[in-house]
Amino acid sequence: MTKRFALGIFDDEDVLLHAVENVREAGVKIYEVFTPFPIHGMDDALGIERSRLPIAAFFFGLTGLCFALWLQIYTLGFDWPMIIGGKPHIALPAFIPVSFELTVLFCCHGMVITFYTISKLYPRWKTPVLDVRSTDDKFVVAIEVNENTDMTKLTQLLRDNGASEVNQKEMSKF
Amino acid sequence: MQHVSPVREPLVTGGKTYHDVTQDVCRQVEAAPNIRWMAALSVALFLLGVFFYSVYRTLWYGIGEWGLNKTVGWAWDITNFVWWVGIGHAGTLISAVLLLFRQKWRTSINRAAEAMTIFAVICAAMFPVLHMGRPWLAFYVFPLQNTLGSLWVNFNSPLLWDVFAISTYFSVSLVFWYTGLVPDFATIRDRAKGPIAKVAYSLLSFGWKGSAKHWSRYETVSLILAGVSTPLVLSVHTIVSMDFATSVVPGWHTTIFPPYFVAGAIFSGFAMVLTLMLITRVVFKLEDYITIEHIALMNKIMMITGSIVGVAYITEFFIAWYSGVEFEQYAFINRATGPYWWAYWSMMTCNVITPQLVWFRRVRYSIPLTFILSIIVNIGMWFERFVIIVTSLHRDYLPSSWAMFSPTIIDIGIYVGTIGLFFTLFLLFAKFFPVINMAEVKSVLKYTVDNGPTYTGHDPHHHAHQSATTHGVPASASVNYDKHD
Repeated sequence: MTKRFALGIFDDEDVLLHAVENVREAGVKIYEVFTPFPIHGMDDALGIERSRLPIAAFFFGLTGLCFALWLQIYTLGFDWPMIIGGKPHIALPAFIPVSFELTVLFCCHGMVITFYTISKLYPRWKTPVLDVRSTDDKFVVAIEVNENTDMTKLTQLLRDNGASEVNQKEMSKF
Repeated sequence: MQHVSPVREPLVTGGKTYHDVTQDVCRQVEAAPNIRWMAALSVALFLLGVFFYSVYRTLWYGIGEWGLNKTVGWAWDITNFVWWVGIGHAGTLISAVLLLFRQKWRTSINRAAEAMTIFAVICAAMFPVLHMGRPWLAFYVFPLQNTLGSLWVNFNSPLLWDVFAISTYFSVSLVFWYTGLVPDFATIRDRAKGPIAKVAYSLLSFGWKGSAKHWSRYETVSLILAGVSTPLVLSVHTIVSMDFATSVVPGWHTTIFPPYFVAGAIFSGFAMVLTLMLITRVVFKLEDYITIEHIALMNKIMMITGSIVGVAYITEFFIAWYSGVEFEQYAFINRATGPYWWAYWSMMTCNVITPQLVWFRRVRYSIPLTFILSIIVNIGMWFERFVIIVTSLHRDYLPSSWAMFSPTIIDIGIYVGTIGLFFTLFLLFAKFFPVINMAEVKSVLKYTVDNGPTYTGHDPHHHAHQSATTHGVPASASVNYDKHD
């Protein structure tokens, strides 16, 4: 499905932040904002909810810890007990390093895989972008438009809020 | 809006705009390889050839190709392993610990330092794997069921802890590094002209578009990765030190090993970062990003960790005497005055005296002196591991089995070869990947442009013009900045 976007191009992140707030206040729905680097305060301006990735990371870590303890206790304590250095079969202090490492391993990889999955980031042959400068030095506000949208008014709104250009672009499969 | 500080030095000099950052970092990725890079790569590839030849000899004829004997069963292999792992630690320290401490200056060096971490860990891993003699059975180190060939691994062994520590460290560092690279690959992709570059960087960039939602998650992920990488990096060298400290060999059996090794690792790592950065900034013309301030700050970290290492050497000696254990005392006297005295005193000179020179501002801010110091520190840290390992082993409890260790040409070949492996990887990285984290540098760029009347810096050549930043006018464009040179 082809979508049509009005693109407000900004040169400065602080101007952009105010613009995003004002545009949303004016009742215009922002489809997405593309920036070359993370901008602090953009979450609030766009109303993005706080990510729950930290909670996911905690539970991935917990899984790793449980797995590590189970692995060590099961293998050395039950499956094939051996006396090593006169220590008890289940020598918990000696299990701390591996438990810690597996906690970190599960936490990091679990969280990063979740991040890529929920963000739908995976290798692609082609990556269509609305404006190639948005990964260089421009800040792009994309607003989805259709034939009923009053483009003059929208352009004026973006211009009044400091956009240096206002373009339109059609994108299929975006 | 600008963030003007009357006290702090700018993080990026030269009055760069966002576009300048992109241009400067992408230049060497997009241009044809230059002659200096080709020359460096040929040297690295030659050394890599030496590595492959030495590995072939080791695997075909066996570990007997190395200079090890019955008394000294561990020498250059473990020395080099610890040396390389230690070098890797600076990368994680810069990217994780300095992120948690909100040290913005790390943004222009973290990418290359993390790459250094990954390549150093690859080099380190070569040694234990080759020392197995039959690396095709290396999977025995993982906990696999008995039907796959081995018994369960021994979770009480520090060598097994090392397996878990190093593999976790490597894979987490790799993921941390790659996640940071994704937005920069997107920048290169959107600038790419050639069809191959377009496809290659599109694949590498994972379809990153820089949407606000993704950036929000990206920041969360970076922060948590930094949070868990910090204890991870400390745990890695702690566990490496336990390879020694949990044994009952005099000279190894000490409780200060974990902090002492971690400090030594950061010390040698920062020395290696300095060596690499001092070359990279000149070859790729990145002096405005990796400034003399960065070098001075890294020098200070080197001085602090070097001093910790110095204190640890003295503490070890004191405790050996204070313990009253004859064998412990002999191990240390033998280190300083025995047949390996030259290694001990090289270590003391390089690691204890050299970092103290950094107290002088002149030294800290001098590029040639810093370069020489960084090389000396790396040599010193190599000797430290050699001294700890070989001098503790070569004269054990039984004088009849005392022996000396001398490396064979194959030992030397593998060591020099890993340096070739490291530089081959680093040079390929520097050519095809962005060596500076563009997105992060752009996010701190505004902290660096000092265009207000409040500026009272001590640079006499600085005449910043006051510029009005009005609503709707790009602040970065209005900055009028006189170049220093």
